[in-house]
Amino acid sequence: MRIDLEKISKRFGDFHALNDISLNIPSGGLTALLGPSGSGKTTLLRVIAGLESPDSGRILFDGEDTTSSHVSERRVGFVFQHYALFRHMTVIENVAFGLRVRPRKDRPSKKEILERVNDLLHLLQLENFSDRYPAQLSGGQRQRVALARALAVEPQVMLLDEPFGALDAKIRLELRRWLRRLHDKINLTSIFVTHDQEEALEVADIVVITNEGRIEQVGTPEQVYESPANPFVMDFLGHVNLFRGRVHSGLAYLEGIELPAPEHHAAEDVPAVGYVRPHDLVLERKATGSGSIRATVERTQIVGSVVRVSLTINGNHEIIEAELSRDLFQKLALEKGERVYVRPRNVRVFADDDIQA
Amino acid sequence: MSAMETVASPAISVQEQPGRNALSEPAMIRWLLTGVALLFLGFFLFLPLLAVFGQALEKGFSAYLAAIREPDCRAAIRLTLLVAAISVPLNLVFGVAAGWAVTKFRFPGKNLLVTLIDLPFSVSPIISGLIYVLVFGLQGWLGPWLYEHDIKIIFAVPGIILATIFVTFPFVARELIALMQAQGSDEEEAAMVLGANGFQIFWRVTFPNIRWGIIYGVILCNARAMGEFGAVSVVSGHIRGMTNTIPLHVEILYNEYNFAAAFAVASLLALLALATLAVKSLVEWKMRSPRPVRKPAQCAST
Repeated sequence: MRIDLEKISKRFGDFHALNDISLNIPSGGLTALLGPSGSGKTTLLRVIAGLESPDSGRILFDGEDTTSSHVSERRVGFVFQHYALFRHMTVIENVAFGLRVRPRKDRPSKKEILERVNDLLHLLQLENFSDRYPAQLSGGQRQRVALARALAVEPQVMLLDEPFGALDAKIRLELRRWLRRLHDKINLTSIFVTHDQEEALEVADIVVITNEGRIEQVGTPEQVYESPANPFVMDFLGHVNLFRGRVHSGLAYLEGIELPAPEHHAAEDVPAVGYVRPHDLVLERKATGSGSIRATVERTQIVGSVVRVSLTINGNHEIIEAELSRDLFQKLALEKGERVYVRPRNVRVFADDDIQA
Repeated sequence: MSAMETVASPAISVQEQPGRNALSEPAMIRWLLTGVALLFLGFFLFLPLLAVFGQALEKGFSAYLAAIREPDCRAAIRLTLLVAAISVPLNLVFGVAAGWAVTKFRFPGKNLLVTLIDLPFSVSPIISGLIYVLVFGLQGWLGPWLYEHDIKIIFAVPGIILATIFVTFPFVARELIALMQAQGSDEEEAAMVLGANGFQIFWRVTFPNIRWGIIYGVILCNARAMGEFGAVSVVSGHIRGMTNTIPLHVEILYNEYNFAAAFAVASLLALLALATLAVKSLVEWKMRSPRPVRKPAQCAST
């Protein structure tokens, strides 16, 4: 089901949780709402569910205005951050709840309910836990029960609030891949909230980046990572190094090097900042042309399969960080205090007025 | 990681040695402190309890029974049961409503309401009784009007019930507000998204989570409702056989130097206290147990 949000605003007292948000969520996809805490992503999810009502704006499900319809009429599945399982009910009773509370005329027979619940328990690999209480389950199992319970009512859309937030790192990784496979299997329009950029980039079809109650960028994981719309997105989606300087008619001058910046062809000598990811800083023993900056190695650190090298550019105390493979690191044989040349690739240049916006 | 484990393990083995604990005191001090505590408890709690039953049975068991079977005493017991039977359910309904309102909604004046609920605990029972005399008494605001319409509240049963309700107001409400605030409203929201209506949410989700809290509040409320002396004393008028509750009857007998009978009736309240303590401990034990005690049902029909 397609979901359209039109100019949604929501305030809690003086706090603007959502500020004039418009967003189209395509049918059948898995969309991530990604942002730092307090950016309004959870409020947005709750507004879609109907757990909060917006102060202004409209919500359309498949083109139909549902802004004023009650949460119980929207046919949404909602997985809460801490699952909110009914603690006094067994797994099977939790999953059956949504079907059993239906008015008699819409309620399936007991046999049908049991069948559907058992199918779901099978789909989510929970058959062996059907008689357990939530307190007797692990975090990952609880999350699957929450999913099964939400799916039991055959929702038109699935909403998940920080679905992996309460799990430890290893299970998190397994579960998000599993969630992606589950989504591909049942093909239900799904939206999940996360503050973890890696999670969003790995799992989602579309990433919506929110900040201070606004949407900063919407796009595929590749689009938002490769062509961030602004410094916030660039910064939020991973570590970045900043090179200060100026741009003038399509050329950026940063730390003594000159780079093409065609998107700023009309700029007339304005202050600008170049953003470079750590893996886009190439380290060399010898300078290659005018694109290299002289730097000093401050610290090297092996992190799993990559090596992180902290550098200072001469005359500047700000630390910049480069990331390179262990092979390359061994080939260069860098030592602390040594001189090295840094050649930035894929530099995103933003003029100062972009940054303030 | 492994380095940390090797560092941590000696500390654990030290703790496991019996009798070796950094916080433990020399044996003499331990015995002294325990002894003082036990002596204190025995002297101030256990001895009086023994004395009540001792005095009550001083003139033999038949005298004990006679004191309880006496008509005025029976009337006092009946009145006490009536007062509890009315005030406890009312406070139960109020307590659940207050707990629900305070924990599930945001509204102005919420903090004031929570503070006001505690008022009966912080005010002297005499005042609790006096406020009703001031409102409903002959010299009070509504007194003349009530007199004209021949409605008796002060020095009659309605006054006793009102005073009791006031004094026992906080028991259920306080217990439930604390419990429901700790539980939050996530489960209710989940039930709402799944399509449950308000009644279903309360009955199937909220109530099972708070039922032991309700029972806990109700038994304490009941104990106080039956045992309240001060507030009831002010509004009762002490008319034998008509407006005397058990505690007031005990006082009358005592003032008449009828000690055996006074203690015999008092022993009923003592027994109530013991029964309350027993139920209270049972409920506390149930509330602490992490899982519902109910046996898992095979998709039980509801």
